[in-house]
Amino acid sequence: MNEAAPAPVPLTPVIGGQRLPSVIWLVPVIAAAVGLWLVVHTWLEQGPTIRIRFASAEGIEAGKTKIRYKEVEIGNVNAIAISPDRKSVVVTAQLSKDASDLLTRDSKFFVVRPRISGGTVSGLSTLLSGAYIAIEPGSTGEASKDFIGLEVPLVVTGGAPGREFVLHAQELGSLDYGTPVFYRRVNVGQVTRYSIQPDGQGIEIGVFIDAPYDRFVTTNTHFWHASGVDISIDANGLRVSTESVASIVEGGIAFQDLPDLPPAQEPAPAASSFMLYADRAQALRLPDRHRQPFSMYFPESLRGLSIGAPVDFRGIVIGEVKSLGVEYGKGFSRIRFPVEVDVYPDRLWSRSRDGGPAGPDSEAQSRTIIDQLVAHGMRGQLRAASLLTGQLYIALDFFPDAVAASVDWSRTPPIVPTLAGGLGEIQDTVGRIAKKIDRIPVERLSEELSQALMSLDAMLKGSQALIGQVDSRVAPQATRTLAEAEKTLKEANAVLTERAPIEKNVQEALKQVAQSARALELLADYLERHPESLIRGKPEDPR
Amino acid sequence: MRCPRCGGVVHLRIPQSLEKTSAYLAAAAVLYVPANVLPVMHSSSVLVQQDDTILSGVVYLFRSGSWPLGLLVFVASVMVPLLKILSLGVLVCMSARRSRAHPLARIRLYRVVDFIGRWSLLDIYAVTMLVALVRMGALASVQPRPGALAFAAVVVLTLLAAQSFDPRAIWDAVDAGDPRP
Repeated sequence: MNEAAPAPVPLTPVIGGQRLPSVIWLVPVIAAAVGLWLVVHTWLEQGPTIRIRFASAEGIEAGKTKIRYKEVEIGNVNAIAISPDRKSVVVTAQLSKDASDLLTRDSKFFVVRPRISGGTVSGLSTLLSGAYIAIEPGSTGEASKDFIGLEVPLVVTGGAPGREFVLHAQELGSLDYGTPVFYRRVNVGQVTRYSIQPDGQGIEIGVFIDAPYDRFVTTNTHFWHASGVDISIDANGLRVSTESVASIVEGGIAFQDLPDLPPAQEPAPAASSFMLYADRAQALRLPDRHRQPFSMYFPESLRGLSIGAPVDFRGIVIGEVKSLGVEYGKGFSRIRFPVEVDVYPDRLWSRSRDGGPAGPDSEAQSRTIIDQLVAHGMRGQLRAASLLTGQLYIALDFFPDAVAASVDWSRTPPIVPTLAGGLGEIQDTVGRIAKKIDRIPVERLSEELSQALMSLDAMLKGSQALIGQVDSRVAPQATRTLAEAEKTLKEANAVLTERAPIEKNVQEALKQVAQSARALELLADYLERHPESLIRGKPEDPR
Repeated sequence: MRCPRCGGVVHLRIPQSLEKTSAYLAAAAVLYVPANVLPVMHSSSVLVQQDDTILSGVVYLFRSGSWPLGLLVFVASVMVPLLKILSLGVLVCMSARRSRAHPLARIRLYRVVDFIGRWSLLDIYAVTMLVALVRMGALASVQPRPGALAFAAVVVLTLLAAQSFDPRAIWDAVDAGDPRP
């Protein structure tokens, strides 16, 4: 223990080590700072916790269902509880910090449940990931943490520029919230809401058209269902028409201005109402401003004529059947079946050839025109639209040979004269023929026929005998006659071929005729130059 | 004291051992809280997006039936760092108070702590591998979250603490107070 242990040496590092404590204690200080920062940061990131009341929690799962705004996740459902009054569920959700200013008193929450939406990736992920809660932020500045969720989904416009319009339709069809609206096959908007009209007589559909496309909606615009595929076969071949693949799946609405009218006046005001037509053809047809009811009495059965059947004027549908009725005469002596039709005369006048005013101005003028048409032989006639189905339509056509008739304007609706025709006429004719055939006394005829045949047989036998006589007696004589005739003809031939007397005479005669013609020509020539010679005679030769 | 060969400074004991160890331990203890509270990993796929803490991973493993694995993760990632901090704290405290109680048990405890400590980095390794490997764009991706950083710091700090603790301090007290006959 005592072999040269230098005592002062250990003192030196101790002095050097005195500074260390301040340095090493920086480590926990930094750690504490970092830890504190992490915790505080996370705590600050946490946004407000909100409670939303829904009628049912269908599709909502605690810890899984997200809250989204414009497809951005801004929160998560933490818990679902049943409200104290047991009438609704209370969904507690944790939102992120930056979403807190979306939460105002009039913010709206609603559940977006999975559906095939537009075929987009986001739509697909919605389909797979289940329902989520969407928020439509309010506009007032007042903050709130308790909300009542909407039961019908709202299409989030988020204050996007554009305008909403109202469509009226008979049926909803395949439309739904968010169904796209197309303008010239461009997706320009969507269905934001729909409801049954208060009187139950149709559907009211709200569509939101994004700016700047909303100005294409004018007072002339017609909307129609663009759902599904429209396949038509016409003279040009097969045509398949659809707005987009998405619209096949989920339907759609398209709109366009009427092509025949002068182009767009000013854009339609927001929230104006439009009809939603069933298809494009119907929507883009010229509007029928004027409706003229008529009734017709047809002599034949009305079987196959249904309400809505077309009234056709040489191929142009100008109206439709409105009702079929029964009319009794006195004591059921006579039963008639009036067919009431609605005719839209505009469809005729708009095709007026002389380019004059597009139709009659007054009722009286319209009557005159119809009277004229009937005077020219226009009659109503039932015709078969299809022989297979037996469907009938009413054709208006001209029958110049028809018995004169006129429109009975005294009745309401006025009665247009008709003609039996089409299938009915054929049936009548066939019936008449059948009756005649029926009247033919077949038995007596057959007896007479057999007698006739017998006498014919006898006659044939007689003629056979006659032919035999001809063969034996007449034939040899005829042969002789023929031989003599042949000889005569040969002689005649010889006379003609000798060329001598007759032909020569004829030739000379012709020559003389030619000479006299020449002399006449000379005379005529001379007379032409000297017409006076006719009176004065030929002047003396100056020589 | 200097090394006669290289001239480097040589210490009889690790200098400032107790101070360093307690500083590292304090830092580790502070960071232990965010390491377990904050998510360590964010995984997103087409269907699900979620943040996972270490404990939520353990809970998931238990719930899905693979409780041995869950137990392993729980022990290695939650218990071991905690026990390490506690035991090192006990060792430091006793050494600072120059306690002479159970020196043999304390030295054994120290050896266990020193040996077992490094295995806690398994979690960080797993997260790192996932982040590097699961890169399928929109389909699936995994991102680290601040909790992972805190957790890694805890493990590294406990390793440093264990390293800076000088086990000879245990015997120093014994020697100084009650020199053996």
